[in-house]
Formats: sequence, structure tokens, C-alpha cells
Amino acid sequence: MENLTFDLSHQPVRALNQHLHSAADVLAGQHIEVINPDGAHNIAVGINAPVTVTIKGHAGYYAAGMNKFADVTIEGSASTGVAENMMSGKVHVKGFASNGAGASAHGGLLIIDGDAGLRCGISLKGGDIVVGGSVGSFSGFMAQAGRMVICGNAGDALGDSLYEAVIYVRGDIKSLGADAQIEPLTETDTAALADLLSKAGLSHNPTEFKRVASARTLYHWNADADQDY
Amino acid sequence: MCGIVGLLLKKPALYSQLGELMVPMLIGMTERGPDSAGMAVFGESLPEGQRKISLYSGLTEAGAAYDWVGLVDAMNAALKVKAQAVVKGNHAVVTFEGPAEPVKAFVNTIDPKLHILSTGRRIDLYKDIGLPADVANRYAFGSLTGSHLVGHTRMATESAVTPDRAHPFTAGEDFCLVHNGSLSNPNGVRRMLEPRGIKFETDNDTEAACRFLEWRLREGDDLPAALQKGFEALDGFFTFLMGTPTELALIRDPFACKPAVVAETDDYVAIASEFRSLAHLPDVKHAKVFEPAPEEMYVWKI
Repeated sequence: MENLTFDLSHQPVRALNQHLHSAADVLAGQHIEVINPDGAHNIAVGINAPVTVTIKGHAGYYAAGMNKFADVTIEGSASTGVAENMMSGKVHVKGFASNGAGASAHGGLLIIDGDAGLRCGISLKGGDIVVGGSVGSFSGFMAQAGRMVICGNAGDALGDSLYEAVIYVRGDIKSLGADAQIEPLTETDTAALADLLSKAGLSHNPTEFKRVASARTLYHWNADADQDY
Repeated sequence: MCGIVGLLLKKPALYSQLGELMVPMLIGMTERGPDSAGMAVFGESLPEGQRKISLYSGLTEAGAAYDWVGLVDAMNAALKVKAQAVVKGNHAVVTFEGPAEPVKAFVNTIDPKLHILSTGRRIDLYKDIGLPADVANRYAFGSLTGSHLVGHTRMATESAVTPDRAHPFTAGEDFCLVHNGSLSNPNGVRRMLEPRGIKFETDNDTEAACRFLEWRLREGDDLPAALQKGFEALDGFFTFLMGTPTELALIRDPFACKPAVVAETDDYVAIASEFRSLAHLPDVKHAKVFEPAPEEMYVWKI
């Protein structure tokens, strides 16, 4: 495996990203290490090839956004919008993540070892998110497809206006959002949980989780309702 | 958008490095706030019988060539307050004997265009329009000393780009506040405070938050009680960082719309809108780094 290092203390993020946008055969087998990220924005966005990237420190906004095929590890924390609109591949944040982690991800797996901020998995469209810690308020808002596994607690309005995404929570839920409800775990759920937890390197018992899904009462406009949601 | 920075040193041996550590923090927030910058520094306290005011002459006709010596002489002749000025171009810190009110009234009479930036026993304040690096150079921020500071870089969204609308804002004595965000009810807060004799100097929303919280502190609330009333009275998006004689305090609105990150070591607590402004700090790789939660109060004491 070929190792390449980008030092963001004297190389611009653009140089890194332009390399990461090389043709797949150029990137094949490469491992890219990013040192001194120091909170820079847009690190490793828009990758479209199976390459591995390790960011050795704290990343700024939108790290690994729009990721396709790549395996990106952030050894520190990630700021707003990590892995937003991910299409496939894997993004692993070893610290905490700020607001909007995994927003509108269509595919792939986002793992956050620590806590995630508000609006984690907002408008999720098919991706999977595993959070080792807790998530802030409005997480899973309008999530359409995909799965979220929250090993800690959830803040206010979890899963507000959910579509067909499913959220699993091990800890306490401060409040559920409109149209979100707790449902019994099925065997399909425990199998899915076991698979996602194992991919994230976590050993929690799947049966300790609650399943949160849509009650589907907002799917159709009801003119007779008092519109008091 | 705006940038916030704060730094509190835990060891008096480090107080001489406060400005030097802060300048890269402030410059790191240039992209978030390129139009104005400001800094409030809390240093050693004056004795009980003395006060100091920070003054800005940039809005007068003389500007940076302002006759500060003439002002201090006139002040001493009229009020016998043993005033002395430390001048940095269009800013001066004037120290004097006795209470602040007669001196401030005198300043307003002699030259209404002189802007009083701060009052207290510990606080010095500098703010002006321009890139953060230029403002830092203009007032030699790198050589500032003290125990803690509150800084700001501004990208104006709701009132004009002028020196008096730059942050930090102050109210009362030894209290300042910087803001990233926008309030939706600043005029309601003003209408509530003005009949109580509280005067406003600008149309800026942050000034309303600053005067509201200082009013609560003056009414006897401790800082947590004042901040709790702030959560109830102030509507909109905000990360506020405040300085008191012995504390830095931070709150974020319930939706955490505006960022904040904290790095803490045995030597310092550093606060910034983004980690980019903390990356240069000594031993930050081993610091405890965390994001303050929304609607929580964070208070750090010197």
C-alpha cells in the first residue's frame, strides 16, 4: 500500500482534495494521511474512489462530505456537517461530532465514537449512522430512509416528521418529535443492530435498544384534523 | 457570521503572555468576521477608589491625532481627579481617582463625539473597523497582559459597519459581551429597559443583550441567575461570551445555531467559534476539547 502525507500546516486543503479527486486507478491502493488538519474546513470532500484517508486531528466543517466509496477516519473531533450527503463508503469520527452529522446521507456508514450535536442524521436518505455517545435535539428530523443507532441518550424532538428511517436508542429519549413512536423490537431489528454495532466495534446487547419509527399519521393531509400537531 | 474568542489563564505566571497567545486566535476568525474586530482585556484591579475608562476618538474630527493630553489636563483642572492617559492612536485608557460618572459626564460635555468604550477597575477595551490582523496591529494586541479576555471578529448582518457597532459591547462596570448570531426581539428588550433609565448608544441587537444582562447583575442576580433570565427574555440565535472581573461565561441558544468549541488544559481555558482558532495554542493536542451544549451555562473563574 502506498502512503501519501498531506501536511495542512503548509499545504492548502485544495491540494489535498484535488489529489483525492484523481481517477480511481491513480488512487487505487493509496492510503492518505492528513496531518495538522487544525480544524480546516472541507477536508476530504467529494471523494469518488475506494481510497483510505486518516485525518490526524480535529476537522472543520463538512469533513468527508459527499463521500463515495472511500474509508475516512478522523482521529479527533469533527465540526458541523461531517459526512453530509455521503453516498457510500465509511466515515469514522473517533472524537465528538458537532451539528448536522451525516445530514441527508444516501448511503455508507458514519460512526461517531463520542457524542453528536443537534440535528444528527437530519433528512437521512439511506445511510447508516452509529453514535457511541448521545445525540442532541432534532436528530433524525424528516429522515426518509436508513438507520440510526444511538448508544447513549437522545435530546428533544427525536425523529420529528420521520418517514421510513428507523432510529434505535439505548439510553433515554428526552422527547419524541411529531409522528415518531416507540415500537417493539423485531428479530430483523436485533439482527440489524448486531450487524451495525459490530461494524462500529461496539459490544452492546441489541435487545437493550428501543426502536423509534414513524407512526405515519403525517403521510396524508387530513383536512378534518384540527391541525394541532 | 461572526467569530468569538476568549482566553482565561489559570496561572498568574502566564498573564504576561495573554496578548501573544490571543492574537493568532483572533486572526484565525478572520473568515468569520473580516469587517471589524475588538478585544476586552481584564488585568490587575485598580484600588477601590480609582476607575478607568477606555475612550475612542475615531469618530471625532481629529481622529487618531486627538489631543488626549489636552483632554486629561482639562479633566484635572475641572474635576481634580489626577487623571492619566495611556494612548494608542485613536484609543486611550484614562485612569483617575473617584467614581466614574462625573468623569464620563465631563467627557460627554467636552466632546460628545468621543466614544466611551468601557468603564471599570480591570477592563480595557479596543475595537475598530478593519481586518482582525490590522486591528490587532493597530493597538498592539500582542503585548496586552492580564488574566482573561473576550474578543470578536465581526461580519455585520443587522447594523452598520462602524467602530461603535463593533464588539465587545459593555454596560455598567467591568462587564462585556460579544455575540455571534442575531436577536429577533432586541427592540422589545430596549423598550423594556429604556423606561428604567437604561440608555442605549447604538441600534445594535447585541447592545440590548449586553444591557439586559448587566441590568440583571446590577439588580442583584448572580451570573447564573442573570443568564437564566437571559434565556427567557432574549429570542433569536446566539452564542454569547461574557467577561466579568473574575470570570468568562458562555451560553448558546436552544437550537445551537451558532458554533462554539472549548479547549482546556492546566494552564488555560480557550473558547472560540471554531477549532481553527485554538489549533496554535500550546499543548492543545492534549487539551480537553469539547463543544458547549445549547441552553447550558458555562462559567470559568480566574
